[in-house]
Amino acid sequence: MVFALPVWAADQQQREPYQLNLRQGVTDISHQVYDLHMIILTICAVIGVVVFGVMLYSILFHRKSQGAKPANFHESVKIEVAWTVVPFLILMFMAVPAARTLIAMEDASAADVSVVVTGSQWKWHYKYRDHDIEFYSLLATPREQINNKLKKGENYLLEVDRPLVIPTDRKVRFLITSDDVIHSWWVPDFAVKKDANPGFINEAWTRVNKPGIYRGQCAELCGKDHGFMPVVVIAKEPAEYAKWVEEQELVRRKAKEEEQRLLAMNMDMDELMTVGEKVYMKACAVCHMPNGEGLPGAFPALKGSSIALNNKAKHIDIVVNGVSGTAMASFAKQLSLKEIAAVITYERNAWGNNTGETVQAKDVNAVVNGI
Amino acid sequence: MSSISDDVHSDNQHSDDHHHAPAGIKRWLFTTNHKDIGTLYLWFAFIMFLIGGAMAMVIRAELFQPGLQIVDPNFFNQMTTVHGLIMVFGAVMPAFTGLANWMVPMMIGAPDMALPRMNNWSFWILPFAFLILLSSLFLEGGGPNFGWTFYAPLSTTYSNDSTGLFVFSVHIMGISSIMGAINVIVTIFNMRAPGMTLMKMPLFVWTWLITAFLLIAVMPVLAGAVTMVLTDKFFGTSFFDAAGGGDPVMFQHIFWFFGHPEVYIMILPAFGIISQIVPTFSRKPLFGYASMVYATASIALLSFIVWAHHMFTTGMPLFGELFFMIATMLISVPTGVKVFNWVATMWRGSLSFEMPMMFALAFIVLFTIGGFSGLMLAITPVDFQYHDTYFVVAHFHYVLVTGAIFSIMAAVYYWLPKWTGKMYDISLAKWHFWCSLISVNVLFFPMHFVGLAGMPRRIPDYALQFADFNKWISIGGFAFGLSQLIFLALLIKACRKQGEAVDARVWDGAKGLEWEVPSPAPYHTFETPPEVK
Repeated sequence: MVFALPVWAADQQQREPYQLNLRQGVTDISHQVYDLHMIILTICAVIGVVVFGVMLYSILFHRKSQGAKPANFHESVKIEVAWTVVPFLILMFMAVPAARTLIAMEDASAADVSVVVTGSQWKWHYKYRDHDIEFYSLLATPREQINNKLKKGENYLLEVDRPLVIPTDRKVRFLITSDDVIHSWWVPDFAVKKDANPGFINEAWTRVNKPGIYRGQCAELCGKDHGFMPVVVIAKEPAEYAKWVEEQELVRRKAKEEEQRLLAMNMDMDELMTVGEKVYMKACAVCHMPNGEGLPGAFPALKGSSIALNNKAKHIDIVVNGVSGTAMASFAKQLSLKEIAAVITYERNAWGNNTGETVQAKDVNAVVNGI
Repeated sequence: MSSISDDVHSDNQHSDDHHHAPAGIKRWLFTTNHKDIGTLYLWFAFIMFLIGGAMAMVIRAELFQPGLQIVDPNFFNQMTTVHGLIMVFGAVMPAFTGLANWMVPMMIGAPDMALPRMNNWSFWILPFAFLILLSSLFLEGGGPNFGWTFYAPLSTTYSNDSTGLFVFSVHIMGISSIMGAINVIVTIFNMRAPGMTLMKMPLFVWTWLITAFLLIAVMPVLAGAVTMVLTDKFFGTSFFDAAGGGDPVMFQHIFWFFGHPEVYIMILPAFGIISQIVPTFSRKPLFGYASMVYATASIALLSFIVWAHHMFTTGMPLFGELFFMIATMLISVPTGVKVFNWVATMWRGSLSFEMPMMFALAFIVLFTIGGFSGLMLAITPVDFQYHDTYFVVAHFHYVLVTGAIFSIMAAVYYWLPKWTGKMYDISLAKWHFWCSLISVNVLFFPMHFVGLAGMPRRIPDYALQFADFNKWISIGGFAFGLSQLIFLALLIKACRKQGEAVDARVWDGAKGLEWEVPSPAPYHTFETPPEVK
């Protein structure tokens, strides 16, 4: 028991099982928002206690069963004016600090760092305006945990493969948009929630005071996997952030070189299928289903589809460019040439689609670059 | 010519002798009697309430614990969508229309609704609307899965083909509502008994009159919105598609220009019901009758200039945000006046606590809690945190379930003895009340907490920190669902006319024309208008 206690306490702290109130967050704005929340909550609570108190008094002491005789008043201009004017004044008193915070929240000017945030079904894409860094950020929780085949991890549904990284103590501006339906980018600890509207760009900003990992979710219903597109942001000290940026730019350069090198190579079927299956499960299986059968009426089947069996050029075109007017997005930015080649090979050879054909990175490159 | 004069002749005979009404199913299909149509509306609403409730049970079963257990996310989205549509358009609105049909003519001393044939039609197209909507669930790809608010482009480019059926069914619901509203307005303006001036009308009549104007103003807007969704999806227009010069946010402006007055369509008649019940069981006239009327009218007017408070996160200009924040906060002033008036009516009254009063008291407290969270949601900077979380779900269920639906139950318990002539089973009613009251709070109150803690709405699965509360919420949900079966049992018993006979004036403190006619209310009432002094 003596040993167990501290462990138990730590566990409780981590999970905060019965969190009751709004989070205070880690920015000046989020603190102001929290204060506003507490003020309005207190006002409501006080009014509630007074009104319900009077009502309870009547219920207890003006009962017919206790012989209460009804009075006959039914009007009083003075009282009615009072309970119209007093709430009005309370509200105007409340509106002043709310307006002040709102004005501060909407001022995204003079930002130090700008990130373009693009939502799509069902992932986020981050592109740094001032650096050659861009990447997709997908749910990292394994399907087996969602389907109750594995024990759920501590950050179940709130973990991604590549979190957004931003500096602390700097004004970071988010330019938010969408590739398909409306999403909403939300990090509760920053008090930032802004819709990602397709074809339009919204602005929001934050200045984080404390390094750490902050988690949020998409807040606007965006289709089947709306519940499975979390937002994770890591705030690093500015020096560490600069180091991270340098690393990322290096990694990206290397990846591009590697990709050009791969163009000259042919991968064999086994390698393509292994990589392809992995990519398929990560990027395609949410709609087309792990068994390739899709969801009838919503997402088409790949198993036995005539494109997957007969029309290789069209197949590459769809994966690379997407299909306009449908939920099928373009994967040219999201996957490397090698990954696209592998996943198309996989789709043309899995689930009994035994075409025996391989697709190579250079085939994909030809479509991407219009050669 | 001769056939016309025959018709006239037979019509005359008909009105001389009321016992020729067809029996069986034909009575209900062809009825133009406001009481029959009211009964049809009420049963229809109750059946829809049970169907929509069953969908809520599916939602709560899936959310009982983290992970996906029972349904896949696509079906989950269909459940949240159709649950919302059914409860709004199939349960709450038809229930209020049913109450209006039964009670408005009896409260103003009219023999029937002004347009009885249209009245028949406005009811009988409803079952088809909901049959279409429900049948779409069984199509390949499933029914509507984009939320009851059907935001474009999720409902256009990215929806499945059953969207056409959804659009068509909403059109029919809208036509039904508009016809019902026209009937209410024409009846109230033209068929009041001599001496029944506007400012003598019972508040239920007043609130319904204002509601009917709201309906006529905004249902066409909804029809426009669904039509634009239809043409965007199937006919290549680009109202809500930026690529073609449209704007997806414009959809939300149009939808909420309908949607916000719609909220008041679902609560103003409730205010009317509570304003009838509280004075009866306080044995004291309603405090501030005139201010109640003005408050209702100001709420209705303000409801047209607050719609964008549903859209603070869409990226509005600062001035827009400030305007909609302040306008929304203002609505709480007339709403507050109403609550204060009810409390003042009870003050120094002679209170007794029959079932209608119990539901009315629960309404006042719980609706006010929903009003408080509404006021909190109006504060734009904080709304950024609350928006699209379970805090919002808690808010609108407090105003719609413990608000609108509790008021409908209060109304049924208040007027049911007048309809059947028998007192319902009071001990069942008490079980129904207490089970509902406790379970509904276990169901909806913790939603405030998970919402504040950061749980988004419309998700089929959630992070582990929300697990404990969600279990309680689901248990509350199942209990609330089961409690409604008690209500079903009570209603079946009441319709079989079991129970003690009641007097014309069922409740000793009841005032108004509906209590002047015998119980049960005869098939035709006030064929000779009463004199109102």
